[in-house]
Amino acid sequence: MNQKSNPEPCIRVLRAGPLALLQDSGRFGVRHLGVTQGGPADLYSWAWANHLTGNPWGTANLEITFGGLQLVAGRDLEIAITGADMGATIEQRPVPLWQRITWKEGEILAFAAPVSGLRAYLAVCGGFVAEPVLGSVASVTREALGGFCGMGTKLETGDQLSVYSTRGEPGDGPLQAPRDAIPDFRQPAVLDLLPGAQIAHFTGRSLFDAFNTWWQVDDRADRMGVRLTGPRLQCQISTLVSEGINLGGVQVPPDGQPIVLLNDRQTIGGYPRLGSLSPLAASRLAQCLPRERVKLVARSSEAALKQYRGFRALFYEKSR
Amino acid sequence: MSRTPALHRSTLESAGLDSWIVRLFEDIDEHNLPWLSALSRRCEQVFGGALVDLVPSYTTLLVVFDPLRVSPSEARTMLLRILADLEPDDSSHEGQVHELHTWYDPRVGPELSRVAEQAGMTVSDVIDAHSQQVYRVFALGFAPGFAFMGLTDPRLECARLETPRRRVPPGSVALAGRQTAAYPAATPGGWNLLGRTSARLFDRERKGFSLMRVGDQVRFVPVSREQFEREGGDTTPMEPSS
Repeated sequence: MNQKSNPEPCIRVLRAGPLALLQDSGRFGVRHLGVTQGGPADLYSWAWANHLTGNPWGTANLEITFGGLQLVAGRDLEIAITGADMGATIEQRPVPLWQRITWKEGEILAFAAPVSGLRAYLAVCGGFVAEPVLGSVASVTREALGGFCGMGTKLETGDQLSVYSTRGEPGDGPLQAPRDAIPDFRQPAVLDLLPGAQIAHFTGRSLFDAFNTWWQVDDRADRMGVRLTGPRLQCQISTLVSEGINLGGVQVPPDGQPIVLLNDRQTIGGYPRLGSLSPLAASRLAQCLPRERVKLVARSSEAALKQYRGFRALFYEKSR
Repeated sequence: MSRTPALHRSTLESAGLDSWIVRLFEDIDEHNLPWLSALSRRCEQVFGGALVDLVPSYTTLLVVFDPLRVSPSEARTMLLRILADLEPDDSSHEGQVHELHTWYDPRVGPELSRVAEQAGMTVSDVIDAHSQQVYRVFALGFAPGFAFMGLTDPRLECARLETPRRRVPPGSVALAGRQTAAYPAATPGGWNLLGRTSARLFDRERKGFSLMRVGDQVRFVPVSREQFEREGGDTTPMEPSS
């Protein structure tokens, strides 16, 4: 695991950009207290960034939304950038994504704007140094929990970031993701949905529409949830007694426009649900820009489980 | 005391790859709580290290497990087995009792007079009605440590504000429908404010973090402004239309 032997800052934030957040795998075991999960909106790309830098599952890395971030290295660092293509450069040279690279002391790493996808992940060998709050460093701005200062704030210009020194095993893990492991965010997203209990309360027409529509991602989309616009879905029940809601839950408020709940969602809610996206489908949705089109596809939990376990098997030897 | 179960009607509903909603009841009722707490404890025993989170709320329990260790169908079997012989917790498991010292005053409870007017009561009757009852915590949510409690005296029933406030100060004691709550931190909010408590509702330095848990019992105790201030309460008045 990480060693706290090298805590002096070695990355300086030259320009913070709109939204860069430190995220580990999330905050668990406290949801009954009303504390949300947090963690990477695109778990898939986040996990690969750690994998490529030899970091164990759960290591905190940076989630960079919309780009705009500029950093300078205070010493040579091994890093990997995955997720969205933000036109990242080091000293104006394009940075190859989904592979481990060396970022040399004094060089400026700059993220421009989304070319494809919405969120990039920057992992550093050893992992970023931050003190866990309620068991996690996951940054949740609304709850003022996590992040580098513990108050859930996003990166600010001038911040100094520290990185744990590695145990001297820089060869650990693959240096490059295989081509078929790299998602193409330019393709319209097809999202696996596991039907939920209230699906029977939607009208036949609405069920047809739900799975035969190219939904449009609304600009009301953030780490709490993503609203989809399209045909109005009608459910015979309009509200429920509030109950726990899980990652990927697709809730349908009375206006008939679904909201897919992501990492920073409230812990309980009272709208009927069509079902839940599979974890990897939620990851994919988190890379969609407003006005992009997505399709929902009903999937069995067996198939989704097989896919998820296959993904996690890549990281088995590093889990906890 | 617990009522005869309606548990033959409990259902399991998929909430995704890693979770089930166990629906025990249809309606909000404090008699649900001994069942929900018993179910939570049994889940902790049976799922052990494969358990990720448990979210009790009014009538349901969301059970989140690690899908690398337990498949959804295995989890379903485990839950059905638990439900088959579930017994409600007896009173020895009933939650902690909290007394929330509260300064009821129009300066920090701007809806106090409106609630009174609507109920045809005096302000001091409203304070009595709100503070003489022991509430149960039905759910936590909305924000860390925010406890939904009830049910209030039916005369105090009131709708949410038409336009939520952008900032409700921490400690604000509030009503909506027949529920009451206290805001642990400054957040937006649409509930009717009656006063402010000096209690620290959520504290990251405290063991367990949240003062209240589902099933706990809560009473609001009226205190003077002086006592409220002495106990660390913030007397900054609300801005008229904030």
